[in-house]
Amino acid sequence: MKKLILIICALMMAQLAQAVIETYDFDSEEQEQLYYEIINELRCPKCQNQTIADSDAPLSRDLRFIVQQKIKAGESKRQILAYMQERYGDFVLYDPPLQPANYILWFSPLIIFLVILAVVVARVGRRKVTLEDESNRADKEKGE
Amino acid sequence: MANKKVIITSIPIVIFTALVVVFWFSLGNDPTELPSQRIGKEVPEFRLSNLHNAEEFFTNQDLPNKPFLLNVWATWCVSCHVEHPYLVRFANQYPIPIIGLNYKDERVDALKYLQKGGDPYLFSIADEQGTMGIDLGVYGAPETFLVDGNGVIHHRYVGVIDNRVWNTIILPKMKELDPNLEQLEAAE
Repeated sequence: MKKLILIICALMMAQLAQAVIETYDFDSEEQEQLYYEIINELRCPKCQNQTIADSDAPLSRDLRFIVQQKIKAGESKRQILAYMQERYGDFVLYDPPLQPANYILWFSPLIIFLVILAVVVARVGRRKVTLEDESNRADKEKGE
Repeated sequence: MANKKVIITSIPIVIFTALVVVFWFSLGNDPTELPSQRIGKEVPEFRLSNLHNAEEFFTNQDLPNKPFLLNVWATWCVSCHVEHPYLVRFANQYPIPIIGLNYKDERVDALKYLQKGGDPYLFSIADEQGTMGIDLGVYGAPETFLVDGNGVIHHRYVGVIDNRVWNTIILPKMKELDPNLEQLEAAE
C-alpha cells in the first residue's frame, strides 16, 4: 500500500515537471538564467495564479517566446518587464512596483502589525498599573 | 468604564459589518477581469494581412475615421461562437463599424466560419502570430475594444457581447464617442 502511494506521488511529480515543454537555445549561461528568472516572475494573465513558467496556456507559451526573443536580442530584464507591464499592467508582475496604487499591498501588513503592537503594549502597560495598585492596596490593608 | 466596554464589544460587530459590505460589493466583480493598459492610447501600430486576402495588408491608416468596435475572435474560442450571431445582428441593425481581429487562427477555418455564420465585419485582420493581440494586451477572446475616430481606445470589454452587454455597456459608450448615434434604440 505504501509503495502504491509512493508510485502515485512519483507519477504526479513527473506531470508537474513536464509543465514547460519547449526548450530554447541561448548564447550563454547568463541568458538562460535570466530567461528562467524572468518567466518565473511573470504571472500568466489567463490562468491567474500561475507564472508563465508554470502555465500551459497558449498565451503563456507566446509570452515565453517573446521573453526568449528579447533576451537573445540583448534586452535587459527591466526592459522586458516594462514591455509586459505596458500590455498587461502591474498584474503580470509577481513583484509589483512600490507606487501609490500598490501602497496598501506593501504597507498593510506593517500597519496591521503596528496596530497589534500598540494594542498589546497598551494592555500590558495597564495591567502592570493595576497590579501595582492592588499590591499597594494590599500593603495598605496590612498596615492598617 | 461602561462606555469603554461598549466600544470594545462593538469592535467585532463593526469589523463584521464592514466585511459584509465589502464582500457584498465584491460579489459582482469578476476577479479574472483585468483592466486594460491601452485605455486612452492609440491602437498599437500594426501591419497585418487581410483575412480574406493574404496578399493585401492593413495598417492603422485603414481604420475608420469614426468610432468603431475592434472585436478579437478565433474559431478555437468557444465563447466567440456564442457571440457571433449577436455581432451579425448588431452589424445589420446599427451603423457602428465592427472590425474583426482574427487572433491566432487558421485562415481556412476562419473563412469557413464567416461563410457559415455570416460576416459582421467591415474588414478582417489576420493576426496569425498573435503579435497585435499581445500589443493590445489580449488575454482571453472574445475581447472588444471601443475605439474613437482618431484611433484612441476608450474601453475594453472582455467576454461575450449579448443583448444585455450591448444595451448597458457597448451602446451607451459608443453614443458618448459618437453623438450621431444618440437616436439609436436598444437591441431587443
